[in-house]
Amino acid sequence: MKTPAIPEEDLHAFADGQLPAARASEIAAWLEQDPTQAEAAEQVRDWRWQKRALHAHFDPVLEEALPPRLVAAVLAGASRQEQPRAPAANAARWWRMAAMLLLSMASGVGGWYLHDIGDDGRHARAQAPLVLARQAAVAHAVFSADLRRPVEVGADQEQALVTWLSRRLGASLRAPKLAPLGYDLIGGRLLPGQSGPVAQFMYQDAAGQRLTLYVSHEQVQNRETGFRFAQEGKVNVFYWIDGQFGYALSGGIARTELSRIASSVYEQLSPLTSSPPR
Amino acid sequence: MFTRQARQQRQQRERQADEQAMLACLPRLRRYARALTGAREAADDLVQDTLERAWQKLDSWQRGSPMRPWLFSIMHNLHADARRRASPATVALDEYGEIDQAQAALDPGVLLDLETALQLLPPEQREVLLLVVLEEMRYEEVAVTLGIPTGTVMSRLSRARERLRRVMQGQGESSPGSSLKVVK
Repeated sequence: MKTPAIPEEDLHAFADGQLPAARASEIAAWLEQDPTQAEAAEQVRDWRWQKRALHAHFDPVLEEALPPRLVAAVLAGASRQEQPRAPAANAARWWRMAAMLLLSMASGVGGWYLHDIGDDGRHARAQAPLVLARQAAVAHAVFSADLRRPVEVGADQEQALVTWLSRRLGASLRAPKLAPLGYDLIGGRLLPGQSGPVAQFMYQDAAGQRLTLYVSHEQVQNRETGFRFAQEGKVNVFYWIDGQFGYALSGGIARTELSRIASSVYEQLSPLTSSPPR
Repeated sequence: MFTRQARQQRQQRERQADEQAMLACLPRLRRYARALTGAREAADDLVQDTLERAWQKLDSWQRGSPMRPWLFSIMHNLHADARRRASPATVALDEYGEIDQAQAALDPGVLLDLETALQLLPPEQREVLLLVVLEEMRYEEVAVTLGIPTGTVMSRLSRARERLRRVMQGQGESSPGSSLKVVK
């Protein structure tokens, strides 16, 4: 069978799947059947090999955990849209801006509100818990949606997980037991916080609903707060500060249900407190 | 007052949607940047610059149109600017150390050669090849993203593929770069 020479552009479009179906099957037949097209067929094979090799080499990047600085760049930019200011000079400032964004979306923050943007010290102090909630909500959104690798270390190695996270945070951590409430620990991971590492424990119920508990040990105020509630998109967050620890429980479940679970977490982690917080 | 509140709420919803759309593009921006620069840190720096620039010029994005080509176009411009500023591109051999061979599904030796070969392509050709092959963009989309005619896309694609093939068969013209064999 004698076939016309195939224009190179068509050959590329054929290899890339960008030809109309009729033309593609015509070319496929020529390449297959006509020995004079052997060179073209060889080219197409080479190109397809290149494609497979490039995907094999670079697709793993898609599976990597997102670097927090890039997530921060998205959030900081978003908050700047709302509050035009000079470009952020450092990460701490970005987080503060991200916190402002959260504030604007939070409901039921309970009497606390942003009152003094000018005074950086007081501002930062007032913001700290909210930054925690915001970071927790982002970490929840990013990792609970990760079907392949939601956790770094699985719950089958619970003791090793807790020991590892405790060592990295420089504080003794515990993973609360939520099985009586229907949520099993599936594992955890270490994340960068504002000034040091933070831990994220992940839980899942029988239906696959995930909750995350975000634990930071970098709270400098050394004080306590009551439960606070924040909402970021579909993610509800209960958060509180207990001494140097900051906790945030995030989930895409109803506020009342999350509140029940948060109370249990609080009680388990603060055995010396006789009554739940305000 | 009411309308002002409604407007604020609408803007908030829009911004949240923009944020989600941008987060969704992050993995692919990172993959492309990694392949383009050949180095992990430099790639994430480029992604970060892209995100910051994107927020600065959000007005240039037509709401409702796909965000991905717009972001890639910003990344292309930033990378091209950086190339113009920098002296002829040199890639420190150390940076190849970033490549995690264990992640490779195919023969690692072959893939390292591919990585080297890719970095030996002129950046203009590498961009086109990656957008077509990795990002699987249509030729017209590549043309818009890079701001060049479709004919130029085709000629760069053709040269990139041919050059990649020759380099990998060890027939590449000798350039200073090609003597940098990666030994692992």
